[in-house]
Amino acid sequence: MSLPTVPEISTMTSALEMQTGDDVVILEDITVRYRVPRERFRTFKEFVIRRMKGQVQYIELLALNHVSLQVKKGEVFGLIGANGAGKTTLLRLVARVMRPTQGRVIVRGRVAPLLAMGAGFHPELTGRENVYLNGSLLGYTRQQIDELFDQIVEFAELRDFMNAPLRTYSSGMLARLGFAVATAQMPDILIVDEVLSVGDIAFQEKSAARIQQFCKAGATVLLVSHDMGSILKMCGRAAWLNHGEIVQVGQADQVIRQFEIFMEVEAA
Amino acid sequence: MVQFESMAILTKKSGIENKPIYDSAQRRLMPLLEAREAWRYRDLIYFLVRRDVTARYKRSVLGIAWTMLNPLGMMIVLSIVFSQVFRVTIKDYPAFVLSGLIAWTFFSQASSAAISVLVWGGDLMQRIYIPRSAFAISAIGTGLINLLLSLVPLIVVMVVIGTPLHMTILLAPIAMVLLGLYSLGVGLLISTIGIYFADVVEMYAIVVMAWFYITPILYTLDLLPANLQGWLQLNPMVTLVELFRSLVFYGKIPSLENWLISIGIALGMFLIGWLVFTGKSDEFAYRT
Repeated sequence: MSLPTVPEISTMTSALEMQTGDDVVILEDITVRYRVPRERFRTFKEFVIRRMKGQVQYIELLALNHVSLQVKKGEVFGLIGANGAGKTTLLRLVARVMRPTQGRVIVRGRVAPLLAMGAGFHPELTGRENVYLNGSLLGYTRQQIDELFDQIVEFAELRDFMNAPLRTYSSGMLARLGFAVATAQMPDILIVDEVLSVGDIAFQEKSAARIQQFCKAGATVLLVSHDMGSILKMCGRAAWLNHGEIVQVGQADQVIRQFEIFMEVEAA
Repeated sequence: MVQFESMAILTKKSGIENKPIYDSAQRRLMPLLEAREAWRYRDLIYFLVRRDVTARYKRSVLGIAWTMLNPLGMMIVLSIVFSQVFRVTIKDYPAFVLSGLIAWTFFSQASSAAISVLVWGGDLMQRIYIPRSAFAISAIGTGLINLLLSLVPLIVVMVVIGTPLHMTILLAPIAMVLLGLYSLGVGLLISTIGIYFADVVEMYAIVVMAWFYITPILYTLDLLPANLQGWLQLNPMVTLVELFRSLVFYGKIPSLENWLISIGIALGMFLIGWLVFTGKSDEFAYRT
């Protein structure tokens, strides 16, 4: 997964290193603004006519509003907040699925999002074909998948099913295969949306062990969850987002305490 | 224990690698960055094409045969209608129609597939980073495989009705690549406009239908009045279909001028599509 180094990028790297030390995810004054037309235009013609009359109005939807955040290498970092607070948008920025409207996102290292386990699985293709397809969607080259293949099959415990079409798999088997491919190689940054509940209890423990191993080896984890217990258990630091703004960043237990007080007041 | 050992190897390996750096502010030269990313994901393009071709093969009894039977059926219907009802007197009409029809079918299906995967295929691209152009390129790739396969029924028809086969058919892949570049350009351009106006995508289906009739597929250009012929030459597909047809049907090597014009059209459309698409591709994520 190494990018061919262009001179421009390598000089930038050294500049960044001086600035930021060991931060692997840097969000600088991020704003994400969705621009939604107030009305849906049925036709292009209608749009042109209304546009010329100056009648097109937009609703501006601020998903993130001047958010700045740094996550250090090796941290397990939690994101909490109510629905629609901007957590998913923030993860999308880090996964480079979207660019911010304003501000700058810098991510150092390979990102593996566990939001896309089993992405692009096709029921008619065999397990083997799907491993290659899914792996290439996650950015592995064919050669890398060749090297990782045995290890993936071993971890998913699906040795005997590799030549069967995927439609014959149970949902647990699908989840195991998806997880095994997504985590086949240690990423620098792992994005986890909601706590993993993959397969049966034995496999859940096995997958949790693998993630812990990644952490020990220096991977950074971004965890989004509504389950405060698991954030508290896993994360060192956390950020609380509310309506696209960061309310508090700090030790996970303190942020959670403030968040829970706030939620109780809201409910009352 | 085995698992732990393999993990240790993995950890070590990824430690050696140069860390890729992503900086959202780096958006100069988007056309080149996207091209580099598409190249980096070339294995994905290969597996997507393979998925589309093999999934089709596995789903139905006749499988890949449908790719060949479909244009054949169309040819039979069109040949009967145009030679019996409208009394068209073009020599070897069934093979003539089929040679144009498979080029056209490729263009309309591949460009539409590229558009729909970019406009509607968003779920995956909302969750993980994949260079979007890889999906469009793979749609064109699948179309090219189908086009290659549909040369088989064309050759069969030519043999059956006694049209001479020519060695020039071996040059057909060049014309196919040019058709592919042109279709990719159109697909990228239309789907980028589709970000702003969803109905443009639906309009495209109607446009393609009309476009079919102003391209000489069922007829030859010289059957038209002279003043109309000039206008039709403005349609780039006329040149590309004729290039393909002269190689596979007429057995004539096109003149250097024809080659250059065709290459110009294909590259030009591709570049327009690529530049417009890469300039606006960030907007796709904002669409939903």
